[in-house]
Amino acid sequence: MRDRGLIVVGLALFLGLITFPAWYNLAAGTTSRAPELKRPANEKNCVAPVEYMRTRHMELLTAWRDQVVREGKREFTAFDGRTHQMSLSKTCMRCHESKADFCDKCHNYSGVTPYCWDCHIDPALLRGGKA
Amino acid sequence: MSCTRRVFLGAAGLSALALAGKTALNGLARAAETPRPGTPGVRWGMVIDTAACLKDQGCTDCIAACHAVHNVPAFPDRAHEIKWIWKEPFDRAFPEQASPYMTRGMVERPVLVLCNHCDNPPCVRVCPTQATWKRADGIVMMDWHRCIGCRYCVAACPYGSRSFNWLDPRPRIAQIRPDFPTRSRGVVEKCTFCEERLSQGLLPACVEACREKALVFGNLNDPAAPVRELLRTRYTIRRKPELGTHPEVHYLV
Repeated sequence: MRDRGLIVVGLALFLGLITFPAWYNLAAGTTSRAPELKRPANEKNCVAPVEYMRTRHMELLTAWRDQVVREGKREFTAFDGRTHQMSLSKTCMRCHESKADFCDKCHNYSGVTPYCWDCHIDPALLRGGKA
Repeated sequence: MSCTRRVFLGAAGLSALALAGKTALNGLARAAETPRPGTPGVRWGMVIDTAACLKDQGCTDCIAACHAVHNVPAFPDRAHEIKWIWKEPFDRAFPEQASPYMTRGMVERPVLVLCNHCDNPPCVRVCPTQATWKRADGIVMMDWHRCIGCRYCVAACPYGSRSFNWLDPRPRIAQIRPDFPTRSRGVVEKCTFCEERLSQGLLPACVEACREKALVFGNLNDPAAPVRELLRTRYTIRRKPELGTHPEVHYLV
């Protein structure tokens, strides 16, 4: 029991170090703030309820991709009965005009780099006039 | 009734056989039923009138139209070149037709070539990821999402219809069209018979762009279609038919 002091100090140090990233971010105020997205001004509903889109839009996009390319189906009936063309550039990006203000916000926050835009075109790219 | 070991083993063996047989049959049935994409009853094909095309020497309208709508990059270096539709000298397009007695003008005459959308496509057979496959309407389609850039298809295609993106194509696209994706480095690409335009009821871009109407596109399964009319009434050849790929781009000579 003579080492009790050492062990407690060691444990405290260990815990402090291992939780350092959390403290650091709290102090810097970066993690406590969720990304702020720019919502489309003139459109209320997405092609699926917000909650679904927020967590599972990648599954929806994969399903769209397979249906368009593999099965040649291009029409999508949304939950509110409207029909949309299954297209990232033509449907998604028509409302979510800016990849930088919408897609990138959460993707950067969660540290994911989807390769959609390696091929599909970010409208901002065209507005800038350069590839 | 007593169950002897002999009876038990016999019954067990028969049940196992029956189960195995059912699984095999199910597998076969599924293979036969798998729905294939594309419009049923349609087999897209093309007839190219080489004489009409040559009326306008040096014309590249169809190539320009195709490459513009599909965001095809222009690399001046032949090693990096991306081609969907292009011109090939006669003796390269039809090596088995050329003879030593042909005039040089004849041998070097440019012929318009593109993916032949073969009935028996060798590129599809070798693709390890099914990134390229034959649709029910005959279009040899590409799924760029799935291409891993192994280039087996480039090696397998006897017509050189497939190009590999060695470099990032984007900086080489003169005017990017937002309604069609570009490709990325490490992906193979080729003509898709304008599948995206056909789905909107439009003709392929090259066919629409041709001033001389030298490209005729249509449903080969429809006996009344203009393509069939041409194939019935005129003498046509196909590229390297001896390979058994059954190309569906036919040439009037």
